[in-house]
Amino acid sequence: MSTAETATQGRVFTVTGGDWDTVTGAPEGEQERIVVNMGPQHPSTHGVLRLILELEGETVTDARCGIGYLHTGIEKNLEYRTWTQGVTFVTRMDYLSPFFNETSYCLAVEQLLGITEEIPERATTIRVLLMELNRVSSHLVALATGGMELGALTAMTFGFREREVILDLFETITGLRMNNAFIRPGGVAADLPPGAEIAIRETLRVLRSRLRDTPSLLVDNPIWTGRTSGVGYLDLTGCIALGITGPVLRATGLPWDLRKAQPYCGYDSYEFDVITRDTCDAYGRFLIRLDEIEQSLRIVEQALDRLRPGPVMVADPRIAWPAQLAIGTDGIGNSLDHIREIMGTSMEALIHHFKLVTEGFRVPAGQAYAPIESPRGELGAVITSDGGTRPYRVHFRDPSFNNLQAVAAMSEGAMIADVVAAVASLDPVMGGVDR
Amino acid sequence: MTDLEHADRADLEAVGEPAVLAIGRGAFGVRDSGDTSGFGGLVRTLTAPPAATPPYGGWFDEACALIRERLDRLGAPGGVERVIVEHGALRLLVARQCLLEVAQLLRDHPRLRFEMCMSVSGVHWPADHGAELHALYHLLSVTHNRRIALEVTCPDADPHIPSIVPVYPGADWHERETYDFFGIIFDDHPHLTRIEMPDDWPGHPQRKDYPLGGIPVEYKGALIPAPDERRAYQ
Repeated sequence: MSTAETATQGRVFTVTGGDWDTVTGAPEGEQERIVVNMGPQHPSTHGVLRLILELEGETVTDARCGIGYLHTGIEKNLEYRTWTQGVTFVTRMDYLSPFFNETSYCLAVEQLLGITEEIPERATTIRVLLMELNRVSSHLVALATGGMELGALTAMTFGFREREVILDLFETITGLRMNNAFIRPGGVAADLPPGAEIAIRETLRVLRSRLRDTPSLLVDNPIWTGRTSGVGYLDLTGCIALGITGPVLRATGLPWDLRKAQPYCGYDSYEFDVITRDTCDAYGRFLIRLDEIEQSLRIVEQALDRLRPGPVMVADPRIAWPAQLAIGTDGIGNSLDHIREIMGTSMEALIHHFKLVTEGFRVPAGQAYAPIESPRGELGAVITSDGGTRPYRVHFRDPSFNNLQAVAAMSEGAMIADVVAAVASLDPVMGGVDR
Repeated sequence: MTDLEHADRADLEAVGEPAVLAIGRGAFGVRDSGDTSGFGGLVRTLTAPPAATPPYGGWFDEACALIRERLDRLGAPGGVERVIVEHGALRLLVARQCLLEVAQLLRDHPRLRFEMCMSVSGVHWPADHGAELHALYHLLSVTHNRRIALEVTCPDADPHIPSIVPVYPGADWHERETYDFFGIIFDDHPHLTRIEMPDDWPGHPQRKDYPLGGIPVEYKGALIPAPDERRAYQ
C-alpha cells in the first residue's frame, strides 16, 4: 500500500509494504539523491571526522561535518589541576603540534602573571627552536597524509620518514616524541641536553637533502596537479567571513602570519618570509606548506646561532619550578643535585619544593588571550583566572576547529573525490578540533 | 575627550559596585573534619575588574567613542557597560541587546574594521547573580592589525544572547560549542545544536555545577579519589 501526497515539506511518500516500485522511482524533475555518511572511521577523513554528504550522482550538493568523536574534556580537566600541570593536558590537544599548544597556554599564563618580559632569552629561543621544528614535522604529516588520501603513497612514506628524524630530536631534547609538556609557565622544563645543538645541525643537514624528494615527486606531477588544482576553492572573502587563518588564508594571497603581524617570542628578530600563493586552492596550500618548511628550517638555524648559555626558567622562585630535570638510571626526573639539596641540606628548600609542586603558584585574577601562528592558523588560549592556584577556565581557539567550517564552502558543487582533497588541504587535526 | 569621560562616568554610575564574580572559602578544601589550620574561616571575594579610566591610550579611545556615538544615536547610551583594559588588551562589557549593533559597527566602520571573529567562548561565574553566564568574543582586524574582546553576560534564568552569526558567519561553530558547554542560547542562530557532546546529552559540562566525574583509583594500596573529589589547596 503506498500513497503520495503533497505537504508543506514537499512530496511525501508513505510506503507500507514491499511495493516501492509502485511509487514513482524518483519524483519528476529531480535526480536521485543519496545521503552518504563518510567517517568517522574512514582512512581519508584525516582522523575521526564524520562528513555527511548529500550527493546527486557524484556531485556533492550538501556537505556537513560531524565532530566530537575525540572530545576528551581537556578544558574541563584543566580546572582541576595546577597551572603547571595544565601543560600536560594542552599538549595533547592538537597532537601534531604539541609545542604550539604549550606555548600559547604558557604565553597567556605569563601575561596574567606579568612576567612576559622576564622570560630568559635562552628559554624563548628554545621555544622558537622547538616550535619551528614542530611546524616542519606537522607540515610533513599534512603532506604525507594528504598525499596518502589522494593515493600518493610514496609521499606518505617520504613525509613520515622525515618526520621521524624530527621526532627523534624531540626525544633527545624533551624525553618524549609527542605530548612533550616541555614548555612550562616561566620558561622550559629543562635545558638542552649536551650534544643537542650538534644533533639539530646534523638533522637539518639530513632534512635539507631529503626534503627535495616530496617536491620532485609531486610539484610538477600531472596527476597531483590534476587532483589539487582548482579543488577546494576558497577565496579571501570566504576566508575572512569564516575566520579561516593559516596556509588556507595565505593561499588567497594575503600575507597574514602572526609571527610577522603580531610578533611574540621575539619572532620579529628572525629573518624569514611569509609564503603566499594566489590560487585559493588545494594545490596552492600544498606549495605553501612545502615552502614554509624551508622558512622554518631557516628560523631553526638562526635560533641555533643565537643560543647563549643562561637560565631557562624565570628567576622568581615563587613561580619557577624548583628542580631541573635530569636523566637518571630510572628515566627522567629531578636532578640528583637538587634531591641531595632538599633531602640533605636545606629543610626550607624541601618545604618550598613541596609547596610549589603540590599547591602550585597563584596567578592574579584576570583574562588573557595569547594567539600564536600554529601550522594550521591562529591558535589562541583564552585563560580566565580567579586568582587561585588552578585555572578558572581555559578555552582554546583551535584553528582546526574553526577551519573545518569551510568544508561546506569548499566542497559543495564539487565531485565527491574532491572532498577528500579539500579536507586534506585544510589539514584538520581532530585532537585539536574536539579537545 | 570631555564627552568621553562624562559618558564613562555615566556608565559607572549605572553599574554601581563592581559585580562579585566568585567567593572563595577556606584554604585547604577541608569540609569533613575539624579545622585545625585556622584558615577555614577565610573568605575571599573576587570582584569583576574595575572600569578603566579614560584616556585608555592608543586607538582604544577612538574605538570606544565610535561605539558610544552609534549606541547614543540608537537610544541605548548604556550599551557599553564597562571598558576594561587588561594586559594591554581592550575588552568591552556589552549589554546583550546591543551586541549585534556593536558587532556590526566593529566589522563595518572603516576606522574599526574588525573583519574576523576568532573565537567565542564562555565562562560560568555562579556567584555573579543576575549575570552567571559570560560569553567572550575575540575579534581581529586584519586591516588595522588590532584585536578587541567583547564580553556579554546573561542570567542563568534567562540564558539568551543574540547570535552574531549574521555578522560573523565564522562564529557559527563557536556559538554551538558555547551552547553545548554552557547552555547559553544564541537567539537566531541558524542551527543551534550540540557540537561536541552527543545530541541527547543532559546538562552542559563546562558549567561549574557540573561535576568533572571520574572514579577512585587504587595506587600502591591507597585509594586516590577522582580529581574533583580530592582535597586541594584553594
